[in-house]
Amino acid sequence: MTTVDPAAQPGGENGENVVAPEHTGTADPGGAPPATAEPAPAGPPRNRLTDRIGSVEVLAALLILLIALREPLAALLSAPSLATWTTVFVSVMVQAVPFLVFGVLLSAVIAVFVPRSFWARALPRHPALAVPVASAAGVVLPGCECGSVPIAGSLIRRGVTPAAALAFLLAAPAINPIVLTATAVAFPANPEMVLGRAVASLIVAVIMGWLWLRLGRTDWIRLPHRPDLDDARRGAAFWSAVRHDIVHAGGFLVIGAAAAASINVLVPERWLQALADEPVLAVLAMAVLAVLLSICSEADAFVAASLSQFSLTARLTFLVVGPMVDLKLISMQAGIFGRGFAARFAPATFVVAVVVAAVTGMVLL
Amino acid sequence: MNRQAQACVLLLLGGAVLRASLSDLYLRYVKEGLRPFLIAASLLLIAAAVMTLWYEMRPALRRSSPATSSPATDAAHGDHDDHGHAHHEPRVAWLLILPALGLLLVAPPALGAYAANQSGTSLASGGLPEYPPLPDGDPATITVYDYAVRAVFDKGQSIGDRRVRVTGFTVAGADKQPILTRMRLSCCAADGLPTKVGLSGNTPTGLADDTWIEVTGRYTSRMGRDPINDFEIPYLEVESWRQVPAPRDPYE
Repeated sequence: MTTVDPAAQPGGENGENVVAPEHTGTADPGGAPPATAEPAPAGPPRNRLTDRIGSVEVLAALLILLIALREPLAALLSAPSLATWTTVFVSVMVQAVPFLVFGVLLSAVIAVFVPRSFWARALPRHPALAVPVASAAGVVLPGCECGSVPIAGSLIRRGVTPAAALAFLLAAPAINPIVLTATAVAFPANPEMVLGRAVASLIVAVIMGWLWLRLGRTDWIRLPHRPDLDDARRGAAFWSAVRHDIVHAGGFLVIGAAAAASINVLVPERWLQALADEPVLAVLAMAVLAVLLSICSEADAFVAASLSQFSLTARLTFLVVGPMVDLKLISMQAGIFGRGFAARFAPATFVVAVVVAAVTGMVLL
Repeated sequence: MNRQAQACVLLLLGGAVLRASLSDLYLRYVKEGLRPFLIAASLLLIAAAVMTLWYEMRPALRRSSPATSSPATDAAHGDHDDHGHAHHEPRVAWLLILPALGLLLVAPPALGAYAANQSGTSLASGGLPEYPPLPDGDPATITVYDYAVRAVFDKGQSIGDRRVRVTGFTVAGADKQPILTRMRLSCCAADGLPTKVGLSGNTPTGLADDTWIEVTGRYTSRMGRDPINDFEIPYLEVESWRQVPAPRDPYE
């Protein structure tokens, strides 16, 4: 696995926003990784043929190499901790694939087939009103957070005010019917958890949308230029959007899944026991745990239910923070909206979510 | 990574997920209910790969057969391609090889003793007011979770003195005695939580961790505590046990 990482890591550095030097034929300032990815002939500009053969050939060579090294690789990964890491990593990805693919399909439909004028009619004209409407619209999207990042990107691209799209991004994974049902099933004795979760998540989404209206700057969001979406051939534009978003969001999802698997394996639960008795520390610990574990919003209620040594308020914080800020979301947001955005948006959301969840918990639970 | 290579990666990932969901491999990672969605999603991945290759190859094919190409469309397509390539294709795409190869080459095992030792035994908070009777048969075959819930919250009343049969894998407890364990998933293996049941009476000995056993026994009021989360671990008075192959679905 480690053989691939270094080559791909620079993609995490917002490579998307840079105008590609690739086509000019000059040496890529990105340094070694792209050079290994595409054997660049110095001198005459590369024609499209060598350009094409580059990545595919490297991919083929890489696959052959990995297949040849299959035995030692499997042996290396048979140690219990590494095997558990691989299991958790693979299962986070397998679990996310349907949500990612269906989220991307919806996002491609929005990007290609839904006319811009639709959003102008569907949402209230005043941005401050569009925020709560967009948050509440999250109810209709039964998915987890992996799918909503590309959808929010598409909405912004189609002229929806960023504040409303971001409110939707935060609300959709937390308050959709599947997630609320799962919460009710996980807490059979505490139905107020469902109400608390819906109310607190909605409030956080609306507050973040309004905060963005007041403080946000459009140049923080750097959506890559995508001329292919304006292709007159709708089919070509649609499939281009699907391919690009799956590969792009999926790639960042891999980084997030790897981080979540590492936390899962490295942090034993017994460390939490000591924190559970301090009310304030417990809330903060659960909030941080939600970020680190990056559990799918449809499953986090069951995990929260099992952490029974923590107070209900602390566990509500876990449920409110998790779908809005976690490692895989931060990674995907950095990839799709730009690092500058993720560096401001994720910490702000975290603080707002913790405060709102704690207050909601004190009032309701 | 250019578009053809991206198409290959999508094809690889779609193929890997499809293969895993057509066999029982996917059960090591996710719940059985996700299967139709996995199949649909992997077919869509494959479709996206095929369509990408189709749109990428078509201009080249047209050019090679002059009969169908007109200078005007050629120029238009050439233009479009230049735009497309000037846009930087995501390098992060290389990472998507990892899950595909993880499924195809490594196919990691289901969660076992290592994961069970990472977290404390877990039962849903609060018991039911009344428990339904055990299934028919002697012994009654039930899940480890069902036994633990009836033993902890119902104090074994709904079990009575009937014999029960449970299947799980062994994990060495603090006192080196084997603890019968089964992992429970709510969504995927990232949220897998163990249910632990201690064994007394005719306890199995000399078993390595992660050995699957089928245990027949009766309720006992003996309780232990999980040192990890200080939760109760019920015990089962073992009459007989035997080693069994791992079940099709390793989780409950």
